[in-house]
Amino acid sequence: MALDRFFRRRRPQQQGGADMPDLWTQCPKCKEGLYNRDLETNAFVCHKCGHHLRLDAAQRVTVLLDEGSFTQLSGAVQPTDALAFQDTESYPERLKRAQKKTGRPDAILTGTGAILGVPVTLAVMDFAFSGGSMGSVVGEEIARAAEHAARHGTPLVIVTASGGARMQESALSLMQMAKTTVALETLAEQGLPYVSLLTDPTTGGVTASFATIADVIVAEPGALIGFAGPRVIQQTIRQSLPDGFQRAEFLLSHGMVDAVVDRREQREYLASLLGLLTRREVSA
Amino acid sequence: MTAPIDTLKELEARVRDLEVTAQRTGQNLDAAITPLRAEVDRLRAAQNPAQPPAPKGDPTRWERVQLARAPGRPTALDYVEHLCTEFTELHGDRRYGDDPALIGGPARWQGVPVMLLLQQKGRDTKSKIKRRFGSANPEGYRKAVRLMDLADKFGLPVVALVDTQGAYPGLEAEERGQGWAIAESIRRMLNLRVPVVNVVIGEGGSGGALAIGVGNRVLIQENAWYSVISPEGAASIIWKDASKAPLAAEALRLTAPDLLELGIVEEVIPEPEGGAHLNPQQAAQAVGEAVTRHLRDLMAQSPTDLKTGRAARFRRLGAYTETT
Repeated sequence: MALDRFFRRRRPQQQGGADMPDLWTQCPKCKEGLYNRDLETNAFVCHKCGHHLRLDAAQRVTVLLDEGSFTQLSGAVQPTDALAFQDTESYPERLKRAQKKTGRPDAILTGTGAILGVPVTLAVMDFAFSGGSMGSVVGEEIARAAEHAARHGTPLVIVTASGGARMQESALSLMQMAKTTVALETLAEQGLPYVSLLTDPTTGGVTASFATIADVIVAEPGALIGFAGPRVIQQTIRQSLPDGFQRAEFLLSHGMVDAVVDRREQREYLASLLGLLTRREVSA
Repeated sequence: MTAPIDTLKELEARVRDLEVTAQRTGQNLDAAITPLRAEVDRLRAAQNPAQPPAPKGDPTRWERVQLARAPGRPTALDYVEHLCTEFTELHGDRRYGDDPALIGGPARWQGVPVMLLLQQKGRDTKSKIKRRFGSANPEGYRKAVRLMDLADKFGLPVVALVDTQGAYPGLEAEERGQGWAIAESIRRMLNLRVPVVNVVIGEGGSGGALAIGVGNRVLIQENAWYSVISPEGAASIIWKDASKAPLAAEALRLTAPDLLELGIVEEVIPEPEGGAHLNPQQAAQAVGEAVTRHLRDLMAQSPTDLKTGRAARFRRLGAYTETT
């Protein structure tokens, strides 16, 4: 199946020494050398400092869903260069490179599956593809995932990781903020829950649209989440930013997210929450 | 009018300061620099009243961006003064404060009772700074949501005039949930059961503009721009050099004719020869006529059709291909 192919081809982003590239990954925060095998069983969380390493979309699916439960929905929608966008290289060239790197058409993977037996529709952004930027394909796939959930009566979980809207599709990217909202309202009208899981980093147009209109907003520990980037803000106000500014814990204390949940506890958290919100009865 | 020399000097120093920082660090400080730079230009022009010649023929994309920022270009409140016989500005988001960058209230638009949402840049230096050049804080978007609730309750069509470089990128804006406030405003507007007509009257900068830009009919003035990012912002990212903004403007296809071609707007409202700033009265007449025409058309639709039609409009937008 598709996931196995990814794991064979893709390597974790931060590799250890060149002598043992397949065995070790260095924690980007505490610099501890971590066995990849241990890292995988620990949901790609550093066992020493608790840092949550960034995941690609396939890894996220593995960490979140019951083994073997994933059926992919996305893939048919392909990006196109409607604006003939040209900067230092053409948009089609950029796309081709990102597609080769990640093995997917755009920065999104959607499908259905189960979390501890609770059926869900899942959409995962892929930061490895052009910084998880949202263009027409991401918007369309997220809209379709929401509509699929509405049609099939499942809750929706969206995992965000994005630098914001995609510059190369200009105003068309911007419109995806509205498109995703329209589809999520279709889901809301069915009385089905939508939970967003904000991961590092979630900024710009994604923060200002579907990520933050979820019924419940969950964030990963330490994730950078905001509208404007911290450096832009620092230069606008010309003073230093407080410690932990725009991090998940900061947002929790400001009332912007419902919970900061360790990756190793997210399955239990989501299964319980979604079970309750969909009034699933369990035998006492 | 002659600007106070101190204000001009102070602004120039601030712009230089920011430009040096941007150059040194390769960051995109556009949101901070561009409005200040425009203000410097305006003050200089005010001290030296020679008018630049009006461009001949079709302006380039970059020339249009400059027209959208031209000193003396009518602001949202100028249109209200020309077109509305009554306007009761309502203040505050009932949660934190009142944002002077995004204002609104019930008004009579060429005789039609409406709810106005206005991004107001300010007309002189003092009011521009107070209104943060039309860059709203979360409380601005939350006030917009409140006013949209009122519009829905009382069956008032919404007229939203968009004119912003983007939402304000400040520390407190982030603390109070800038992204959350914009997202909520988009959702509220999409769910309205009354007609919504939007006009981009100058700058349509990214999510901060879209927050009040998701109506049944989206119109744009001939020399306004609307994009996911400003040309300076794009140039800083692509070439690490905001002065390449003219190239970025070309790539972004952000002009009114571009947006009409992409299906993002319904109509381009013509401006007086040389730009709206050269004849605000004539510009206002064109805006008034177009908005009223669309309002009349939409007012014949049922509340349900208004909502589903608007949803369908935005559900369609985007460009992709599909493999089977």
